Amino acid sequence: MSDLSMIEAVLLTIITASTPLLLAAIGELVVERSGVLNLGVEGMMIVGAVMGFAATQATGSPYIGIVAAMISGVAMSLLFGFLTLNLMANQVATGLALTILGLGLSGMVGEAFIGQPGISLKPIAIPVLSGIPFIGPLLFNQDVLVYASYGLVIAVYFVLFRSRTGLIIRAVGDNHGSAHSLGYSVIQVRYLAVMFGGACSGLAGAYLSLIYTPQWVEGMTAGRGWIALALVVFASWRPARVLIGAYLFGAVSILQFHAQAAGIGLPTQLMSALPYLATIIVLIMISRNKTLAKVNTPACLGKPFVPDR
Amino acid sequence: MRTIFKLAATAAVALGLSAGASIAADPLKVGFIYVGPVSDHGWSYQHDQGRQAIEKHFGDKVETTYIESVPEGADAERAIERLARSGHELIFTTSFGYMNPTLKVARKFPKVKFEHATGYKQAKNVSSYGARFYEGRYVLGQIAAKVSKSGTAGYIGSFPIPEVVRGINSFMLGAQSVNPDFKIKTIWVNSWYDPGREADAAKALIDQGVDIMVQHTDSPAPLQVAEERGIMGFGQASDMIKFAPKAQATAIIDDWSAYYIARVQAVMDGNWKGQDTWGGLDVDMVHMAPFTNIPQDVAEEAAKTLAAIKSGELKPFTGPITKQDGSEFLKAGVSAEDGALLSMNFYVKGIDDQLPE
Repeated sequence: MSDLSMIEAVLLTIITASTPLLLAAIGELVVERSGVLNLGVEGMMIVGAVMGFAATQATGSPYIGIVAAMISGVAMSLLFGFLTLNLMANQVATGLALTILGLGLSGMVGEAFIGQPGISLKPIAIPVLSGIPFIGPLLFNQDVLVYASYGLVIAVYFVLFRSRTGLIIRAVGDNHGSAHSLGYSVIQVRYLAVMFGGACSGLAGAYLSLIYTPQWVEGMTAGRGWIALALVVFASWRPARVLIGAYLFGAVSILQFHAQAAGIGLPTQLMSALPYLATIIVLIMISRNKTLAKVNTPACLGKPFVPDR
Repeated sequence: MRTIFKLAATAAVALGLSAGASIAADPLKVGFIYVGPVSDHGWSYQHDQGRQAIEKHFGDKVETTYIESVPEGADAERAIERLARSGHELIFTTSFGYMNPTLKVARKFPKVKFEHATGYKQAKNVSSYGARFYEGRYVLGQIAAKVSKSGTAGYIGSFPIPEVVRGINSFMLGAQSVNPDFKIKTIWVNSWYDPGREADAAKALIDQGVDIMVQHTDSPAPLQVAEERGIMGFGQASDMIKFAPKAQATAIIDDWSAYYIARVQAVMDGNWKGQDTWGGLDVDMVHMAPFTNIPQDVAEEAAKTLAAIKSGELKPFTGPITKQDGSEFLKAGVSAEDGALLSMNFYVKGIDDQLPE
């Protein structure tokens, strides 16, 4: 294998490892920007994974699987929304409960699919662009979910920071009292944000069970939802930084495997910890400006909204 | 509130009644503790197959219970005690980390019999049992060396513990019996079970030029990657041919059924006693999936090796064997004792990687 194609192969696996994190994190970013802390990402993700797999097996079409994964993610998030936004349940506790529920529920639904090989989603080459040497096969010969992740990052950036809608979402997240008195429906905005987060988590789950490892096994998210959650915080709620964080995490976790295979004799425990360390350090470095960090943090994050009257 | 109390009281009575009824019918109650979910399609799944085999074999003479996903440690003790307290006469604890909790509970319940998997401590009412998976890995090594064009296999390890290190060494000895210059690249994923990481590790190994995939982790993900990239590989714990119809050459399968049935029978016959069992291919505790996707002569050769190990004629760890650092492990013609195998913490010569401490 030539050096160039080796680098290309490595970068390709990095994209695969990073995409589920990016998908889940970009959704949670919007949720948190609206002032809601949903710790149930892992639970929504795994339900997305099993429903995506189930629908694909039933219909033979991974695309229907993707839609099913999104719908189930949204359904889970609606449950969260109802409990926290309508019944004012504690968001942290509800999020944790959502994760536990998701893990249990997915195990139950998935029972029938254990040991079945899945149908893998094939990449789609974008004409012309995929012909560009090196970059083409890397960025423009991917599956639809990778494209979706690029699109989502760009869209979330523009909507949040360059549109009126984004202004409303951020207002609700920063000061729900003021947003309410200006006439915005805090609950409605938050519901939409939470649903968006659910759909993204569902997509991330579908990515795992349809592309990353086309199969269903219990607990296959293996903590990726939690990593996505952490990425959002360390990226100080900025879409571009979430992108950097997700790819950095993916890159270091793949590169440490290559280092091991090449026979670099570092302790494997240290190698496994590297992605976490590197990502946290880099993101802290980027966001070390205290004033900006304060501005970026949604001031009403995790606070329940009770309208005065 | 009163209603709730009433309900609780009724439930308690109902439970009491059902317990009474079960004593009257007198089936032998057998309990199981699993470290993972029964649907992991690997380690715990295979133990549960053993439990189902007991039910099938003994019918209504037994009643089985299992508790899944029990973390190793303090929780394990509670779970084991719960089974012991609720009238289970024979309890299988199926992970290494349950060893001390099992012994502790066993002291409290001298009449209950315990079976602990993969441990090394026994007591009057505690047996230990394990399987010689390494025997199968010797056969894998031989097949690998015959079909590999690059002469390099990729090996995905979970944790650098004796069980896994022994497997790598056995695989290497099998490979060296065919090609003395055979190479292994190892990646430790520090997990028994994370399909995503296992797949990433497999891709990294293939990108570095290996053309055989071996794993000591529990998900079919690495084999699936092997299938996708068009190289050969081996299934782990259960037959994974469905995930890799073109890539799986064979698989090492754990089979606890015969042992579990025998132990239940022993309790029924009243001749159960605390002992240590380390069974291999000879007693079918380990067996191998059909040889597929490999040339006829390679399959025949592998079948011969398999038969030789089964009959005891061939022992994978037989000297001369030199350790990686050049010191002698076994003199020519000498076979390793179980103690040396169980505590193995070094690589044999020919493996270039460093064994993590």
